[in-house]
Amino acid sequence: MTEISDPLDIDRPPSNRWAEVWRQFRAHKGAMAGAVVFGLIIAGVFLGPFIYPHDPQYLPSGRDFITLRDTRPIYVALWDPSAKVNWHYVLGTDNLGRDNLARFLSGGRVSISVGLTAMILSIVLGTFVGLIAGFFRLFDGPLMRLTDLFLALPILPLILVASVLFRESLALSLGPEMGTFLLIVGLIGLTSWMQTARIVRGDVLALKEREFILAARSIGTTPRNLILNHILPNVMSPILVSATLGIATAIITESALSFLGFGFPPDFPTWGKLLNDAVDRMTLYPERVIWPGTLISLTVLSVNYLGDGLRDALDPRSRSR
Amino acid sequence: MAQVPLTVPPEVKQQMREALGLGQPIHIQYFKWIIQFFWIEPLNGIDALFGTGLAEGQLRVISWQTRSPVIDIVIQRLPQTLWVVGVAYVVGILIALPIGIISAYRQYSIFDQAGTFITMIGFSVPPFFSGVLVIVIFSVQLGWFPSIYDTMHVVDDWASFKVQIWQMFLPVMVLALQITSQISRFMRASMLDNLSHDYVRTARAKGLSEATVVLVHVLRNSMIPVVTVIALGVPSIFGGAIITEQVFKVNGIGQLLITAIQANDLPMVQTLTFIFAILIVLFNLIADVLYGLLDPRIRYD
Repeated sequence: MTEISDPLDIDRPPSNRWAEVWRQFRAHKGAMAGAVVFGLIIAGVFLGPFIYPHDPQYLPSGRDFITLRDTRPIYVALWDPSAKVNWHYVLGTDNLGRDNLARFLSGGRVSISVGLTAMILSIVLGTFVGLIAGFFRLFDGPLMRLTDLFLALPILPLILVASVLFRESLALSLGPEMGTFLLIVGLIGLTSWMQTARIVRGDVLALKEREFILAARSIGTTPRNLILNHILPNVMSPILVSATLGIATAIITESALSFLGFGFPPDFPTWGKLLNDAVDRMTLYPERVIWPGTLISLTVLSVNYLGDGLRDALDPRSRSR
Repeated sequence: MAQVPLTVPPEVKQQMREALGLGQPIHIQYFKWIIQFFWIEPLNGIDALFGTGLAEGQLRVISWQTRSPVIDIVIQRLPQTLWVVGVAYVVGILIALPIGIISAYRQYSIFDQAGTFITMIGFSVPPFFSGVLVIVIFSVQLGWFPSIYDTMHVVDDWASFKVQIWQMFLPVMVLALQITSQISRFMRASMLDNLSHDYVRTARAKGLSEATVVLVHVLRNSMIPVVTVIALGVPSIFGGAIITEQVFKVNGIGQLLITAIQANDLPMVQTLTFIFAILIVLFNLIADVLYGLLDPRIRYD
């Protein structure tokens, strides 16, 4: 696997760390596939509406309601000529005549936005707690006990209870959609930062004893600069890995909440919500269950593979493989 | 209280609120609940066991939905959860350990590749999708298993036991897939870590058989982190698998919590979450103690 570089090849660009990581990452087939699939899903979900400009909230009325509701996806016509299909609606419509494909796209936008935002929140929190706990001995004890406290909490019941308690007040002050978005993102972020904090703290504790930190300290670097310029860049790789895996957990948690009916308001589709709505009639319209479910699973699977590949590529010990 | 008709006069409403214990400030309500939970409920337990009358006339923690003591409902619901989730946990561990061991021993073999892929899928497919999917495939299309768990089913002979196994099969399968993927990933990583250590080479050099080296020397050392993960997962058995119970309509603890939250049943939610918290702390402690037992190098002073 390791290529022996030709010493006479002077045109070769100077190898740096990130080029090496990228080379490692490309060699990991699963990670590359994951990256491509995740990229495609994000592109499809965010750019799809420009190619497929249907309104996910459009409700047909009058006679249209009868003709347009409960149409099947067009591929069903391949094996069932009597199926009610409409070439205008590629994946059919739901029981109120709303376009399924448009709803899957807009649901994906919400699910992925929630995943990304919650991940950023939890990474920022976790990194902050980990850096402070690892760097300042005074805060280590209290902050790590706080982390243990959060690790001991039963996450799903806690999120369920909290979402019931704060939903009304947030919805009143910020509007139902924005309020729920902030509530869910906040709850997921606040309950998933602990792993990052632990990993970062461990790495900071080990880094603190190294010579370059001593050197930086001895020329009078302030703690602030020490953390930002010397320690933070060196703990970036574990943070990156847990960020990737954090997206997957956040998407699953959001879908689970929506599935249980504690997520977004009913007319605001997310993948979990669409799946939940379709479960009651899944024998008649299996596509409405299978599409959102597959989309959730595929997104999470690709993100997990991406994280695995990143971990292998960033970990110097596994590099010589 | 939101569902009380508007025709009820305000002073009656106030009386109803006070009857529910909502008249006092939060900290007093909490203090009273603590007394009920830690003193009156155990006394009731003693009464039920020995037929004494210690808790005569004391107010217990009452559910607002059913007007019966919360603990009684929890005890009613617990068997269903323990049957389904507990069996799934055991099955999951029994499948996970061999898979983890073999995948690590034959790293990058076809078995390892397939195992890693399947565990990755088990890790990524959420239970509310896999559950629905197996219902569509196995109970709707093929008609092999019932899709709804019958809580009233009484096991008293061989035939009814078979029915019980039959109806448990799908939820257990869905849950076991998740548990297997988590634990076998841990097992594999931990075995891989240990297989490259020097003591393995020493054991082989002594002439021990390959089975002894792997299954006695390496396995015992690799079990340390895995046992912790297993112990930390036990509280989730009691917590019930909220989503799986919802999908298969199992009338367990998780389902109890969901309905209580939906009905704003404060005492029920408070008591249930408190029980979960106690269990989690307890099993964290057990995991720490097991750590010390398995690895003599770890000592707690």
